Amino acid sequence: MVKRTGPVIFSEIEPFAGLKSALEMDRSDLLSMVRDSKLKGRGGAGFPTGVKWNLAATAQADVKYVVCNADEGEPGTFKDRILLTEYPQLFVEGMVIGAYAINAQKGFIYLRGEYELFVKDVEKVLDDMRAQKLLGENIGSKSDFSFDIEIRLGSGAYVCGEETALIESLEGYRGEPRNRPPFPVNTGYVGHPTIVNNVETFCVIPHILAKGIEWFQQFGTEESVGTKLLSISGDCKNPGVYEVPFGITVKEILEMVGADDVKAVQIGGASGSCIPVSESHRKIAFEDIPTGGSVIVMNASRSMLDVAENFLKFFEEESCGQCTPCREGVPVLLDGVRRLKRGTCTSAYLKDLLSASETMQLASKCGLGQSSPNAFVSIVKNFENEYTLTTQ
Amino acid sequence: MRYGTFVEKDGEKVFQCDEKNREVLLPILQEIQKEHGYIPDKDMQHVADQLGIHPVEVYAVVTFYSFLTEKKKGTYCIRVSNCLPNQLAGSAEVVTAFEKMLKIKVGETTDDRKFTLEMTGCIGMCDQAPAIMVNEKLIGNVTPGMINEILGAYN
Repeated sequence: MVKRTGPVIFSEIEPFAGLKSALEMDRSDLLSMVRDSKLKGRGGAGFPTGVKWNLAATAQADVKYVVCNADEGEPGTFKDRILLTEYPQLFVEGMVIGAYAINAQKGFIYLRGEYELFVKDVEKVLDDMRAQKLLGENIGSKSDFSFDIEIRLGSGAYVCGEETALIESLEGYRGEPRNRPPFPVNTGYVGHPTIVNNVETFCVIPHILAKGIEWFQQFGTEESVGTKLLSISGDCKNPGVYEVPFGITVKEILEMVGADDVKAVQIGGASGSCIPVSESHRKIAFEDIPTGGSVIVMNASRSMLDVAENFLKFFEEESCGQCTPCREGVPVLLDGVRRLKRGTCTSAYLKDLLSASETMQLASKCGLGQSSPNAFVSIVKNFENEYTLTTQ
Repeated sequence: MRYGTFVEKDGEKVFQCDEKNREVLLPILQEIQKEHGYIPDKDMQHVADQLGIHPVEVYAVVTFYSFLTEKKKGTYCIRVSNCLPNQLAGSAEVVTAFEKMLKIKVGETTDDRKFTLEMTGCIGMCDQAPAIMVNEKLIGNVTPGMINEILGAYN
């Protein structure tokens, strides 16, 4: 449920006003506009969207692709579920604008398998747009722009939310992340230039096109322009999806959702940051605490070691297994948390665990492995009062 | 979108791929999983032959994705989410209630092959925790008291 609408994504917009505006522009002007808007990706990584689109647009290839990452798998994230079910037209419109900008012919919506129920409604939007000639051959009567979209379902693999693993999955392989460089913008789906963007990012694009850069830059901060959808859950009175301006503080969020007696807030899911309540002056923004949207509130009754254990069990299950730091490191950290819980962890061993964590953060092949130790490291540092080290 | 059809062959339904295109392997396997409740060895072989790849390539994909299985599941697969918000809201009690009512443990299938019980990660229903899936259906705000009613809908 949408608990709070905001001034951007959930604001009023005439259907397809953004697309119609885009089609009247030169591709190069459109690319400049997206770049100048300073829009950054809304999936969590925050890469500048205009830069990504520019790189794909200038890559030398006859065939290019647009992919919508609807694999929403980060624990505590459910904001794309709302966009997929209540605003499907908006993100499809964003995909068509992206296709026009980079000159792509084919698009995929990679929809997580858990959201199979939503396929019918998205298919209906695609059919409606084809009937209105806003998708398919000669879009907007342009003889040089034809673009169509296919929905592909995931099959229960969190790592397929990582863009190169997603592409591997689309190509019929195990969802194992690739080495980068090269990046999808020049070597993506079947080796062709591909833009992969989050559902929410595609939803913002039509608003920017229809209402302009100046309007968009009213919201947020200098480095994090615009608003962010947060999916807030856990120990609070009003869990749900909220649209908030970047720069909002953790304290303001806790007040907004009716959270009492808070001990910590996990922002960014299992791969995010564990913020103790003492740091609730900090802001949600790319320059402070970044997030794809997941916010999980924990009250004073919760055991933070249980929280760390939950996340590490998750990563153990979801690790693709290709690279040693992640495949071997995650189970070691999980065992480490269990030793801390039992009181059988020595201070020397804890040092080893933190050293292993650093190795994983530096040497893992993809973001899953690199961020898997984060919660463990911050919980061990910020909640020393919840465990006792042994000397034996 | 379809990538082929099931045809009768020696009294069994076998998947005939429309094209020799490895890229659609995952959707093809999803269709076979839906039809049979798992991916039998010989279907892996048959798909591999049609796509011009080694059967181990198909096996590699089946074993990677948690919604694709080599072992036949029950008609209805119950997946209880154990992501943090669900754990905080009491998913453990929901699991125990299912285990008691179905007389199986997590990972097992009932004798009448009707229900399989599994744990899963986040299913995007954290605002309605504890949440579960029964096949494609997402059910939120589940309490142990609701288990009877939930299972009853599948009789």
